[in-house]
Amino acid sequence: MKTESALEKILAAGHLAVTSECGPPRGALPEKISSKAEMLRGYVDAINVTDNQTAVVRMSSFAACLIIKQMGLNPILQMVTRDRNRLAMQSDILGAYSHGINTMLCLSGDHPCFGDHPMAANVYDLDSIQFIQMVRTMRENGKFQGGDEILNPPKMFIGAAANPFADPSELRVARLAKKVKAGADFIQTQCIYNLERFEKWMEGVRERGLHEKVSILAGVTPFKSAGMAKYMKNKVPGMDVPDEVIKRMSGVSKEEQPEEGIQICVETIQRLKKLEGVRGFHIMAIEWEEKVPEIVERAGLYPRPQV
Amino acid sequence: MITAERKPIDEIMEYIRPYGRILLVGCNECVTVCAAGGRKEVGLLSSALQMGCMQEGKVLDVKEVTLERQCDPEYVEELAGTVNQVDAVLSMACGCGVQEIARRFKEKPVFPAVNTKFMGASERQGEWAERCQGCGDCVLGLTGGICPIARCSKRLLNGPCGGSTRGKCEINPELDCAWQLIWDRLKALGLESRYEDIMPAKDWRSSRDGGPRRIIREDLAS
Repeated sequence: MKTESALEKILAAGHLAVTSECGPPRGALPEKISSKAEMLRGYVDAINVTDNQTAVVRMSSFAACLIIKQMGLNPILQMVTRDRNRLAMQSDILGAYSHGINTMLCLSGDHPCFGDHPMAANVYDLDSIQFIQMVRTMRENGKFQGGDEILNPPKMFIGAAANPFADPSELRVARLAKKVKAGADFIQTQCIYNLERFEKWMEGVRERGLHEKVSILAGVTPFKSAGMAKYMKNKVPGMDVPDEVIKRMSGVSKEEQPEEGIQICVETIQRLKKLEGVRGFHIMAIEWEEKVPEIVERAGLYPRPQV
Repeated sequence: MITAERKPIDEIMEYIRPYGRILLVGCNECVTVCAAGGRKEVGLLSSALQMGCMQEGKVLDVKEVTLERQCDPEYVEELAGTVNQVDAVLSMACGCGVQEIARRFKEKPVFPAVNTKFMGASERQGEWAERCQGCGDCVLGLTGGICPIARCSKRLLNGPCGGSTRGKCEINPELDCAWQLIWDRLKALGLESRYEDIMPAKDWRSSRDGGPRRIIREDLAS
């Protein structure tokens, strides 16, 4: 084992892992994060905590992770390179690890233009791949990025994101290979709605044996409504929502749409469970955390293994 | 070249309002090429300011000069005889030119008439785009001649983010994804395998992050 991460243990034991996420509140409201996390207790192995997602200011991921950790759950510290330079990132990693947070997801982050502070300077001292490299160097070599030795180096289980649906599509497997080379231990993918395209990407992943070097968790997000499906298709960059999915959501009454969204999500998980190289699922129920237990149960991923 | 755009007339009027006599100085280099502050624009702005002042019921005396290069002390010196006949200087050069005038004529107020934008190139008539951020340690040799620092919105050095869509950047559908351009170029050059070489974290000391920069060439120094 490289780390003390519960997620690493689950994966090492050969189980399909289940992760979900909590978006921190837009205010000093600790109970918001604890009530979201409480809904997930027992149904997921670890909980991602987003870092100013969509470039909107929220409670810091580190602080929210700490609340979750103190509840006896396993947070995954998300960190983006948009807001912090390498000094700030490394000091936060030391801080998080000192509080027992041992799993993180390294991202570049949405551009500030999408958020509530489009006038902010964007940092991008590192990109996501250099970020992964830095965290691995901290763990494996016990060195800061600048080269100095770390006293009691933080041993983080390192996650990265992959979007099989972005362009240039022919580069998407190579981009994963680069993240693996940099030191990613696990991957959480963009929300999958186009299963054929995802399966094709996985084929490329397997051809290169990348699925044996990194644990890929397939990302899923249930639609609450047909409107949300259309919004994701048209407005969210790098998202591939096929027309037949939109049709299926629009084909039922407004009252039935949430159930249809959950059903699509469950079917997606059931189909991908059998796909070689998929090692688990990342269920992103956006402001709909209460539905995660039901999805996990209906997808046959409950009870969660104890490790 | 360095590109610039003229400031809104109201902002310029605000600067010069306290003065009756100004020296309006253009530059014959980059700002001439990007039609922001050359001889022609000096003439146009001069008329606009005089008209603006007339509407406010005052007379503005504008002396117009366009220097060969406003960032060069040798040419700025040419203003020595004129500067003492005016109350203030309005520069249509890039920020380098404005500062060169401020440095040479310490007792004279100087104001910028343009916003200096970026180092770029002309893509078609009347359109310029950013090409270089002057990071001080050029990577173009590794990226197929396309700069990810200047041209990727997140200055990513190791490939496209998840928002690259049909060759365009997620922040603006008019903007090319720099990594799509790099990838296309690497393919055209038969250098696809280069994509998987990890570009390590950049040493930004060579860029602005290391503090204001200076080049000293002992072989040329007098």
